[in-house]
Amino acid sequence: MEDFLEIAGEKLNNRLFIGTGKFSSYPIMKQALEEAGTQVATVALRRVDEGSKTENIMAYIPRGCKVMINTSGARDAQEALRIAHLAKAAGAGNWIKIEVIRDNKYLLPDSLETLKAVEVLAKEGFIVFPYMSPDLSIARRMVDAGASAIMPLGSPIGSNRGVKTRELIEIMVNEIKLPVIVDAGLGRPSQACECMELGAAAVLVNTAIAVSEDPVKMAKAFAQAVYAGRLAYLSGIPSAVKTARASSPLTGFLRQ
Amino acid sequence: MNFYGIYSQNKDLNLGKAFSFISPVSIQESLEENNLDTKQFLGLLSPQAENDLESMAQRARAITRNYFGNTIQLYAPMYLSNYCDNSCLYCGFNLDNEIQRRKLTLEEVEKEAQFISSSGLKHILILTGESRLQSPVSYIQDCVNVLKKYFTSISIEVYPLTEDEYVCLVAGGVDGLTIYQEVYDERLYAKMHIFGPKKDYLFRLDAPERGAKARMRSVSIGTLLGLGDWRKEAFFLGLHAKYLLDKFPDVEIGISVPRIQPQVGGFKPICRVSDKNLVQIILALRIFLPRLGITISTRENPEFRENLIPLGITRMSAGSTTNVGGHTLYGEEKGQSSQFQIQDQRSVGQIKAALERKGYQPVFKDWLCLL
Repeated sequence: MEDFLEIAGEKLNNRLFIGTGKFSSYPIMKQALEEAGTQVATVALRRVDEGSKTENIMAYIPRGCKVMINTSGARDAQEALRIAHLAKAAGAGNWIKIEVIRDNKYLLPDSLETLKAVEVLAKEGFIVFPYMSPDLSIARRMVDAGASAIMPLGSPIGSNRGVKTRELIEIMVNEIKLPVIVDAGLGRPSQACECMELGAAAVLVNTAIAVSEDPVKMAKAFAQAVYAGRLAYLSGIPSAVKTARASSPLTGFLRQ
Repeated sequence: MNFYGIYSQNKDLNLGKAFSFISPVSIQESLEENNLDTKQFLGLLSPQAENDLESMAQRARAITRNYFGNTIQLYAPMYLSNYCDNSCLYCGFNLDNEIQRRKLTLEEVEKEAQFISSSGLKHILILTGESRLQSPVSYIQDCVNVLKKYFTSISIEVYPLTEDEYVCLVAGGVDGLTIYQEVYDERLYAKMHIFGPKKDYLFRLDAPERGAKARMRSVSIGTLLGLGDWRKEAFFLGLHAKYLLDKFPDVEIGISVPRIQPQVGGFKPICRVSDKNLVQIILALRIFLPRLGITISTRENPEFRENLIPLGITRMSAGSTTNVGGHTLYGEEKGQSSQFQIQDQRSVGQIKAALERKGYQPVFKDWLCLL
């Protein structure tokens, strides 16, 4: 069975999205993206230096990899809109991850400002991915506002703490009909795998790959973990029970 | 409570007594926690913590990597004017010093901007001596209007302004404010600042807060090491940064800990701050405030700067000069009209190459003007 994630007409086979910040160099970042075979990379517009021949991050995004611009640095909806419009004018496409953060201590998103930006940008034809806390009510509003997917956080950005919001993510996976992409806080491949086993449509990872001793190898590890988690989810994971369940039950004769 | 209230509560702190409660165990416990309180921060600044610098360094490196990655933001300083209305004992721009006074014309600003931007840098910090008469806010805004064509982020390091003046400059394209208290010890501050508007301790102390209220994106504060007791000064700097971080969570708060360098007036540091002391200060601040921006300037020599990078540094100046017009116009007179001597005279390209050798990505652009 062919398994792909479809967003706005794009069919994605690889469900690991990678963020492009924090790498020690653009060439290493590019190798990591290639090794993972990732098909979506997020890029902060604040870092795009169009005029530079050697420092332009866009030149290091592998061919065939979709760029999702993020609004990193936006402190309210107006700034997020401005960044999205500048991105479009610069030819960076119309896939936008809305990231509005007014808290530099924990880097937690402001979901209300994010929602305002989603409402406007979706109407303007952007493919909008709101980064948000895993709140079901707000997520439903994001859906109504025209979001193309929902990006709840696993734990705060850069914390490497894993899926601390697991139960809320599960609720979102069950209730939200759009793809749920777990973004932020995933510190190791097993945590990415855990998200996929829960039924997340994809995960987005940056710090854990970028700051590892070998980002290229780590990117591959995450890609394989995401693939494994997806396969497990599709296979139907048996629920855990506390007692043993014999493969040759003692009462099997009653069904004969 | 404003920051002066916090300062007042702590200004008579007996460090010897406070440090007597610090033990090797309490320091190690601090290194295993995520949210340190101010007592634990003080512990990291204690003489006892000097035995734990390696553990502190490992912790600081891990924190910095997680939050800032393997990157260092680069920027260039540009001096617009060295006219000053103050007599400050430690500064080369002291109005009593007989130096060549200059103020760049807008044409000269453009020439300097062209040169600096040709290196690829997109972040600039503009500085003036503290003279409202010679470098009024209108002049600073005129310069910003020129610089906007070349840079995507413009910060100012000028005399303290009113909130309304900061609001005007933010609306005009300034996104960052740097203002150092120089010395938090209020009594010593009065002794160091002999004459001029800079004698107003409180107006300066509250300037970072006024800038944050005016919606500056980043606010950087600092203490000039070599004046007051460094442990106490670093403690107040950390308290001030925490106060700003707590009150303005959407503003990027940064610090710098410059050490006094030789300058025209010949002022000698009152207290010595060794390399080891400076390292301890940086480590303690990083562990206390994990998301704090930390800048290391070209006052420090190249080798030491490079060694500091993994310990928590997030920003570095590059291709610096402390002369007005020093990038293109008056380079031949280096040292004659500068604020202080710089130790790292490498070009932007040389610093870029050094960072890359060390496994760090030099970041030339990390903001864009949204006006």
